[in-house]
Amino acid sequence: MELTKFIENFAGEFDHTDASVFTADTVYHNLDEWSSLIAMCIASMVEDEYDVVLKGDDIRNARTIGDLFNTVKAKM
Amino acid sequence: MVTGASSGIGRATAIECAKMGAKVIVTDRTEERLNETLHQLEGNGHQMIIADLNIPEDINALVEKCPALNGLVNNAGIVKGKPVGHLKLEDLQDVYQINVFGVALLTKGLLRKKKMAKGSSIVFTSSISSYITAAGLSIYASSKAAINAYMRTCAIELGTKEIRCNSVLPGMVETAFINSVFYTADDKQKDLNLYPLGRYGKPAEIAYGIIYLLSDASAWVTGTELVIDGGRMLK
Repeated sequence: MELTKFIENFAGEFDHTDASVFTADTVYHNLDEWSSLIAMCIASMVEDEYDVVLKGDDIRNARTIGDLFNTVKAKM
Repeated sequence: MVTGASSGIGRATAIECAKMGAKVIVTDRTEERLNETLHQLEGNGHQMIIADLNIPEDINALVEKCPALNGLVNNAGIVKGKPVGHLKLEDLQDVYQINVFGVALLTKGLLRKKKMAKGSSIVFTSSISSYITAAGLSIYASSKAAINAYMRTCAIELGTKEIRCNSVLPGMVETAFINSVFYTADDKQKDLNLYPLGRYGKPAEIAYGIIYLLSDASAWVTGTELVIDGGRMLK
């Protein structure tokens, strides 16, 4: 599992946020476009791409995209 | 008989029906929690039947085991939140199997085996989401819209047998559904602002509507959708 690809997949769930905004250090909860629907899309993407089921708390508790990457990696 | 009786609205309906003097058959797929419901029922003569509405053989066995019924509450249901761009065939199958196919097959089985008594009542637990849905609810909301249409068709076909069919459409009720994965405290507060009565419902408050539709108090009511939602549909 590769961080760069994860960030690309993460960014792919957003429609209005420039791809350059997304890095491992991005605090995704602070993004204007962040919403409960995007959270659901991220969880679905993780399930589809990595076969990992995230809970709401996993997404709430992770601060950055890098944190969430580590959460997913730990569940693989 | 109440399906999905091991928790939430199903459990509350079984409990309240027993308080009104009914002999209740509770059914669900998990024995432990269903047993808890059974032990909470007042009076005697109640029965518990384990059945998984995902499995046609279980539905057939349930039909065989149950006696003639004066009332059926098709309540068992599941919710799965998925954005429309991510849903899979198995998500659709999981939800529709319980929420729609299981309901239709159980009802059909009971009718074929003449287990619905003359003058009996069938109540379906639908949802206001069949009218006012939300992001992530496409599968659940559409399954409940299917139940609304199915119920109305049943009402037309079964009228000649003096079997009434109606549904309840609850708004958000304080059940395990609420603690589903992506519903944050912030989401809940925003949603609560859309409820004129300022709170979510309690399972028993839906059960009272179901009991009305089961009882002879609604003897001339069939094909209706009883909204019980704290006023949510007004906004």
